[in-house]
Order: sequence, then C-alpha cells, then structure tokens
Amino acid sequence: MAAPAAQTLAGRTGAATPRANRDPALVRWTLCAIALVFLVCFLMLPLIAVFAEAFRKGIGAYFSALATPDSRAAIRLTLITAAIVVPANTVFGVAAAWAIAKFRFRGKSFLITLIDLPFAVSPVVAGLLYVLIYGRTGWFGPWLSAHGIHIIFAPPGIVLATMFVTFPFVARELIPLMQSQGTDEEYAAITLGASGWQTFWRVTLPNVRWGLLYGAILCNARAMGEFGAVSVVSGHIRGVTNTMPLHIEYLYNGYDFAAAFAVASLLALLALVTMILKSVLETTTAV
Amino acid sequence: MSIEAHNLRKRFGSYTALDGVDLNVPRGKLVALLGPSGSGKTTLLRIIAGLEIPDPGSGRILFNGDDVTDLPAGKRRVGLVFQHYALFRHLSVFENIAFGLRVRRSRDRPPRAEIGERVRKLLALVQLDGLGGRYPHQLSGGQRQRVALARALAVEPRVLLLDEPFGALDAKVRRELRRWLRRFHDEIHLTTVFVTHDQEEALEIADEVVIMNQARVEQVGTPQQVYDNPATPFVYRFLGSVNVLKSPALLAAGQLVSGRQTDSGQVYVRPHDIEIIPHVEGGAGLPAILRAVHSAGPLARLTLEQVESRGDLVEAEISRAELASKQLQVNDLVRLRLRRSRRFEDDYSI
Repeated sequence: MAAPAAQTLAGRTGAATPRANRDPALVRWTLCAIALVFLVCFLMLPLIAVFAEAFRKGIGAYFSALATPDSRAAIRLTLITAAIVVPANTVFGVAAAWAIAKFRFRGKSFLITLIDLPFAVSPVVAGLLYVLIYGRTGWFGPWLSAHGIHIIFAPPGIVLATMFVTFPFVARELIPLMQSQGTDEEYAAITLGASGWQTFWRVTLPNVRWGLLYGAILCNARAMGEFGAVSVVSGHIRGVTNTMPLHIEYLYNGYDFAAAFAVASLLALLALVTMILKSVLETTTAV
Repeated sequence: MSIEAHNLRKRFGSYTALDGVDLNVPRGKLVALLGPSGSGKTTLLRIIAGLEIPDPGSGRILFNGDDVTDLPAGKRRVGLVFQHYALFRHLSVFENIAFGLRVRRSRDRPPRAEIGERVRKLLALVQLDGLGGRYPHQLSGGQRQRVALARALAVEPRVLLLDEPFGALDAKVRRELRRWLRRFHDEIHLTTVFVTHDQEEALEIADEVVIMNQARVEQVGTPQQVYDNPATPFVYRFLGSVNVLKSPALLAAGQLVSGRQTDSGQVYVRPHDIEIIPHVEGGAGLPAILRAVHSAGPLARLTLEQVESRGDLVEAEISRAELASKQLQVNDLVRLRLRRSRRFEDDYSI
C-alpha cells in the first residue's frame, strides 16, 4: 500500500503540472497581462514619476529644495511626530493586544471596536474632533489657553491627531497573532514559578517580536504620511506646524513642482524602505 | 505527596464544569482522570495546578493535608504538562528546561554551572541527550512531549499533572510513550495525575482510575475494578462495548435471577460475557438468530437478533477456535447465556 502511494506522490511533484490541471494558454496569458498592466499603471509608473519629477531640474535643485528652512522644519516635525507616536502606540498596542488576547473580561468586544474606530473614522473627522475638544472654542479650549497650552495649530495637536489615526496598527497586528498562540505557554511559565512580569517579558513578548516590529513599521509609515487629520489640526504655519505631506501640498499649490516632488520622493523612499524591511521580516519569520 | 480535593464546584457562565467533585490521590500513585470531553476532567486538573480557582465557598484542595486552595500556581510546586506541549517556541530545548530555574529570585537561583548540570541530567532522564541546542519546531511530537516533561521536572515539583499528554501524538508513538511513562513513574515515584479520554490508555497504565461524566465523578477504582464492576450504566458504556438488554425477556428466559419484584430495568452485559449454546426447545437461555459474523481480528464478533423482540441486536465475542468448533452458520437459531451481567433500574439516566 505505502510504496505505490509514495511513488505517485514523488511522480507528481517531480514532473510539471499535469495537463489536466492547466488552464488554456489564452486564459493564463490574459490574466497575467491584466495583472501586469495594472501593476505598472497604478503602482510602478507613479513611483517612477515621483522620482523623475523630483530630479527634473537636476541633483543640485533637488537637494536645495530639501535644504530650504521650511523643508527642513517639515522634515524635522515629521520625524519628531513619528518618534513620539510610534513608541507610544507600540506600548498601547501591546497592552491592548495582551489584554484582549490573553484574558477574559467584560466589555472585551467593545474594546476591540474602540481600537478599530480610527480605521472606521475618516481622518478629517478625527482632526475635527480634536479641534472641537482642544480648539480655542472647544471644550477644553478656554482652560488650555488660560494656562498657555497650545494644542490645536501647534505640534502637540499634530502628535495627538497622528496618534489617533495610527492607533490600531500595532494592536491589529498583534491580536490575531497572540490569539492563535493561545495562553498555554503563559500558563506553563506561571506553573514553573515565573511572575506575571517575567512571563510577559520572557514568553509573551519574544513570541510576538516579529509581528510587533511589523506593526511598528506600518504605524511609522502611516504616521509620517498622514495628511487628513494633521491638515485639520495643523493650521499650516510654514516652518512651525507643517509636516512633510502638508509641506508637499503647499509647494505643489505654489507651482513649485520640482521642490514638491523632491520632498515627496523622500516620503516615497521611506515607503520603499518600509516595504523592503517588511519583506525581509517576512522571510525571517517564515523559518 | 498526596492530593485531596473536597466538594469542588466550578461554573463558567451557565456551564457547570465541576459539580461537587471529590478526589483523593494517594502518595506516589499514578492516577488517571478519565471521561469524555466536557466531563470536567481538565478543569479539575487545572484547579489542582492552580490555573483555575474553584467557585467561591465551594471546595478545598489539600497537598499532603495542607490547604493550598489560595496558593497561586507558581508557589504550588506542580509540574504541568500540556496536551500541545506549550514549549516556549523561541527558546532552545536547553533553555526551555532551564526556564523554571532561571526565573527564580537570585537568592534561590542555582549557579549557572548547576543549572547546566541539572538540565543535562534531565535530558538524559527523558532520553534526549545531546538535543539541548535544538528548537521545539525541530523535534517530533514525542520528543517535544518529553522536553515538556523534563521542563516540568526541572523545578522539582511535588506532583506531576499531565493534561492529555499523548492526545496530539499518533497511535504508535502514543502507545510507546505511555509505556515509557509507566516505567518512568515506577522509577521516580512522583505522585502523578493525568487526564485522558482514552479508556485503553487509562486502564493500561494507571494505578487508579477516576471516571468522570457531566461534571461529576462516576466511579473510582483500580482498572480491574472499574472494568469488571462498573458502578453505573455510563461507566459500562464508556469502558468497552456493552449490550443493553430488556429485563422481561431475560426473566422469561431464566437468565435473570432477580430478587426484585419488578420486571422493569435494563441488563448490561459485555460481549465477551455472552455464551452461545445450542438451541433446545424449552431449554434455558435467550433465543436468538445469528445474523452476521466478523472474524477479522483475534476474536470473532457475532451479531445476533433476539427472537422474542425482533430487531433488538446483541453483540457477542467468542474466540475463533470456539467459533470453528461450534460450526455456527448465519441464520442459525441459538440460545444466549449471560456469564456476568448487571441490572440497572430505568431511572438511571445515561
């Protein structure tokens, strides 16, 4: 019984796909062509266009566009925002995913819905919410301005809005992963005498480290690229509250296409680095 | 160390997992908690381990007479082995086994060299010498389960608790590993409780079997006792196959010696406790017609249909030599005599 079965299997994997399992050539080529055309038109060409436009006036113009004080301020603000938002959302995301995946409690499904809220709400609406709450005429506006604290039309508002929009990335990445891993390893650690803290650091966190990094990378990409919510709360004060996406829009509207694309190319570069990191991670974790 | 549990109750929402369960595991014994899924056996094990707490005000857990009900799992010094191993997937076999020692507070933690020495001894004990550098995903199921066992033993537990330890293994490895566990237990004599839904496994290796059903303990005894003298219809059905016959027919056939006045109830008899004798008009025994013979295997299984109540089938098992000597043919009329049987009143719910 066993031997013929093994032979059949070996025969099948060794040879090319049997004719019976193949679609007609026309179908195969058409499907491939559609996919390729789509990829080129909607993904490759725009990406190439960004870099082509950016370098249209030469490398010198490219770097001088990036070196203007306004550009440098925008880049700095974007980096600072990401540097605050990504660690904060990583901590929140891990805490939320840990609670949801490993414990039973009342209101769990409500918490999951709450975490998804930023994905469901339009970023512009999110920005407006912050204006309504922290703006000059908002709920906390009078109290905040009385104490000299500026949130809306200032960097803190940008950080808050970005944090809101990117909140779900880490948690969403970790919840299914942690749920699929179950709680047996944690229970094993506990019966072996580990404290809750030791269990978290030595078992739970190492088990999700790649997922966590992946979530953080996605969170970072969105934090740097966020436009809608930031646009509402920023006030577009050049050199003070303009992030890179806002600065690109400003340059573009001012017909300074080369400079706009130069800054855009930086963001695109970031996206590319993110994608490369992600695929490297995926090959590492596939082992 | 002995384990005692008194009157444990546990509900999950509207579902009752344990409904007043008592348990007594004598020191150094290997005890099986046997029951179908949902019978509460795993919940009982997890309560002993300290991973679940019994419902407030219900029962107590005693280790060697000391109340440990309120002691957290990490302080009970129990070794727990899970059905799906629960090895730390990011740690090597060596680090998995050393885990329980490494997480100790610095004043209780053995020095590095001693940890290494202990892990090597444990690896030898579970016959995995030299595999300390492997990762769990590089091991077979049987090897993983032995790593899990070594990891549990590293903290020198007072009791060993195994939750369906062979459940995820294929049949052959399963049989080997359970015999290995029995020999292993005979060497180290650590009080051990293991959960299983496989009656063959429980009867083969346990000193004592606790049969559970629907959140209650049905019967406790040695494998021999519970198999030969099932206390309830459930145990009869759960341990091996059984025929359920109606009392009136057996009374009429003179196969039921009953002191009771009623002729209600049902009679439970195992297939191998049915003797097949030639049909004699007016003779003793329950008349039946042989309908089918399955003789693949060590025993011949006969399917018989009762003459008095057409459609009621009886399974009997006889040796193949006996089958040959009796020269039985399908559709022969025979009589059945019960060697050993037990009668239960109808109000027994199953």
